[in-house]
Amino acid sequence: MLVASFLLILTPGCNNNKNSDQKQSEEVVTVDSIDQQLIKDVKAVKEMFYSMPSPLEVAMILKQADKQYNRELLNSLNNTSQYVTTKSRALNLGIYSTDLSYSSLYDQTQTTINYINAAKKMADGLGILHAIDNNTIQRLEANVNNRDVILDIISETILNSSSFFKENNREAISTIVLIGGWIEGLYIATKLARENPTQEEINTCEMIARIADQKMALNTIMKLKEKYPDNQHLASVISEIEELDAIYQQISINSSQVVPVRDSTTQVTTLKSETTLTMTPQTYKQLKEKIDVIRTKFIS
Amino acid sequence: MSKLYHVILVFTFLMIVSVSGQAQCKHFAKQVCKKELTPYIHNGNYNAAILTEGETAEMYKTFYSQQNYRIYICESSVMPRIRFQVLDLNRNVLYDNKNNGYKMKWDFVPESSHQLIISLKVEDGKNGEDGEPISGCVAIMIGIKE
Repeated sequence: MLVASFLLILTPGCNNNKNSDQKQSEEVVTVDSIDQQLIKDVKAVKEMFYSMPSPLEVAMILKQADKQYNRELLNSLNNTSQYVTTKSRALNLGIYSTDLSYSSLYDQTQTTINYINAAKKMADGLGILHAIDNNTIQRLEANVNNRDVILDIISETILNSSSFFKENNREAISTIVLIGGWIEGLYIATKLARENPTQEEINTCEMIARIADQKMALNTIMKLKEKYPDNQHLASVISEIEELDAIYQQISINSSQVVPVRDSTTQVTTLKSETTLTMTPQTYKQLKEKIDVIRTKFIS
Repeated sequence: MSKLYHVILVFTFLMIVSVSGQAQCKHFAKQVCKKELTPYIHNGNYNAAILTEGETAEMYKTFYSQQNYRIYICESSVMPRIRFQVLDLNRNVLYDNKNNGYKMKWDFVPESSHQLIISLKVEDGKNGEDGEPISGCVAIMIGIKE
């Protein structure tokens, strides 16, 4: 109770943001071998967290992989009144939260304010007290030219929701919110990436690489399913996700050993490794279609 | 009947203590921990628990290629020090705060996306005035930066 190595080329919907500059101040950090004491401790782990990407994180991944913004991809604000069940409100709290986070990163202030109002309706419907209140919206309006403040306000609203659910032993609902936001991110990503990519484009497009990376987030979702086996709303959402998981199993991601290299000037460590992604155009097409189907169900 | 009454009373007390502890933990994460992430922005996910000395907690999380991350382990001041490590899924240690003056913050950028484990242990040996093990709120805060 207490709790691919990617040789990136510039193509539409793809982006190469890698910085290959080597810094002289870097030092390789020795990777310790497997810590035996730690393995003993693991047997007695009191609290286990499985953390999915938050809506804000999803939006940052989208912006890092592609610089385009497309307002048309967001869930319509006219849909808010049709979400009357716990499941649909939780899913669309996540979906609207990703939409508003995505909009805020492109300084679409009015859209951000409109979508935070939509998220507020979902949160109110779920009984989340004070997650998003009128003061939150006033603060957003007063800081339209200050993206850092806006991002901080969005972060705070997400924290208010997730902590509320934990405090009230409704963490399964919090998981549904995160799944909603995650699917919205995947939907936007597939729409921003090239529609019918060739094998070469699949191998080189950063956005497609990030879509493939979500195989790892799926592992987390399956762990969360085990953690909350008795919640029918979550079970119903995960039954949709399991079909997506079956397609993701056709994707292979192989990584080399991670080598931490610390920059002694910035104190930032780079986790160096190479990753090889294997995905056919057919698998990508299936993936894209399934994401479309799931997202349509979630917003309907 | 009397036994049942006592069981209900104890259960109710434990529930109140738990909810109260969680509420304090939430307030602590929002008011104290979040500020330490600056200039990174908290991702919004709430991962906090009441831990007692000697206890461990772990978080499994995917960190994405080329994103700037800060992990900050935030604990209430009464707690003994915390050892925190970041491991890959084969449990190879990528960062150990014991080798870094028990710093509670770690900034990093993964070249490729990886699922990592954040493992923390509240060290033993600082019992309270009453000799009882000390408990307190520990939060795992994840910051991200554009």
